[in-house]
Amino acid sequence: MNRRDVEGSSRKNADSAQDRDASANLYSPVIAAFKVFQQELDTKHDKYERLVKISRDITIESKRTIFLLHRVTSVPDAEDVLNEAHIKLDGVRQKIGQIAEELRGEDIYQFHRAFTPGIQEYVEAVSFLHYICHRSLISLEEINANLVFMRAEKVVAKDAAEALPLGTQVLTFQVTPSDYLLGVADLTGELMRMCISSVGNGDIDTPFQLSQFLRQIHDGFSYIGNTGPYEVSKKLHTLRQSLGKVEDACYTLRVRGSEIPKHMLADVFSSRTTLIDPEEGVV
Amino acid sequence: MSVTEMFSYIQGFLSADQDVREDIRKVVQILEQTAREILTVLQSVHQPSGFKEIPSKCAKARELFCTVRTQLADLKTKFPVEQYYRFHEHWRFVLQRLAFLAAFVVYLESETLVTREEVAQILGIEVVREKGFHLDVEDYLAGVLIMASELSRLAVNSVTAGDYTRPLRISNFINELDSGFRLLNLKNDPLRKRYDGLKYDVKKIEEVVYDLSIRGLAKESESGGDK
Repeated sequence: MNRRDVEGSSRKNADSAQDRDASANLYSPVIAAFKVFQQELDTKHDKYERLVKISRDITIESKRTIFLLHRVTSVPDAEDVLNEAHIKLDGVRQKIGQIAEELRGEDIYQFHRAFTPGIQEYVEAVSFLHYICHRSLISLEEINANLVFMRAEKVVAKDAAEALPLGTQVLTFQVTPSDYLLGVADLTGELMRMCISSVGNGDIDTPFQLSQFLRQIHDGFSYIGNTGPYEVSKKLHTLRQSLGKVEDACYTLRVRGSEIPKHMLADVFSSRTTLIDPEEGVV
Repeated sequence: MSVTEMFSYIQGFLSADQDVREDIRKVVQILEQTAREILTVLQSVHQPSGFKEIPSKCAKARELFCTVRTQLADLKTKFPVEQYYRFHEHWRFVLQRLAFLAAFVVYLESETLVTREEVAQILGIEVVREKGFHLDVEDYLAGVLIMASELSRLAVNSVTAGDYTRPLRISNFINELDSGFRLLNLKNDPLRKRYDGLKYDVKKIEEVVYDLSIRGLAKESESGGDK
């Protein structure tokens, strides 16, 4: 009789789909398995969100640094501005340290999409600063060399004797070549703006230096062509536009620079650029 | 380092990357072929005659999974193991298919939900990332969802073939699966999209069960089974 009861109840369950709810099979292996999956997915999503947040902070700080660096052309003493930029970038690096912390023991490509915008912006800022200081392109190694972090807090007290040498953990963050490439592509836009504004300040040498440098970068990108990631070919188009503007600027300077008194250069120049491209401010 | 040197270094990296991707694509293509073969074998269970042959079809599918194992072992050698997610997109689709096929075989054999460990074992890969080439949990879940829609089809076809009890069992199973999935907090990603389709499978199976119930077909076969 007992057996029939059990059978009867299970049959009833089978008949009405609504009755058979989560409460009935709360302890079934399927539900138990899905609880594990829930936890695993939530952990992953949380980590992803944290990384996105750090990445946004990095983007904002890097953008501010870039704005700051644009002031270099207009202030008499560039040293202060550069120092401030260095300090700001140190702050950004601390944040990248947090990313490295989050990614410890993880596959960095699993979360790459969460932080790639921030890293690209950082590359842009750091290479811009490097250009202003050294008039050359920062290499990928140099960027990565600056992203080594020491973490001392992991020392376990109980076997301090053994843990001490291992106490400071070295964390590194590696910028991927494609992030570097995309960051450098963004850099060209900043260089173009720097070129235009330096003309506005009556600086005649910088535009020529910049046009040469931009041309080198442009040649580099043409060399890579479409072997790179998809975004690169998109940015190549913008790069071409920036280069065109800078080359035009140099052209104007060469042709008309000798005719016009220096204090009027800015006026002549700004009217010409607006003629070429009215939406220049958008870039 | 000059600009030109820097760019030629990057170019070297990018072309090496492309070579790896090319290699992976080749292996994945072969893998997809095997997956299609398994699917063809299993598709025959939808035929009226196929219902009696389920065990033999499953055995045949299991044999083909041996080929899958060697092909996956080949795939593992094509890239450094810690860069799994860098190339994940290349085999994501086929791995989901294979997870579905493994889940389907296990369901046909034992009418239970395959565990992630079992799938990994059938495919000869790992469960956790640290140990090497593994089955991502989202891919496993996607495979299970593909199976759900296959089962809703099977429910319809089993009625046509005169097997009236199977839809009830499938209905039970899918309902349990549905409440399992409802536990998950899915983001707005491909898995979520696929999960949104599950309710239609549930609905379809419930309709089949309803049709059987009002005609007394479900009852009849049940009491017949009891006697």
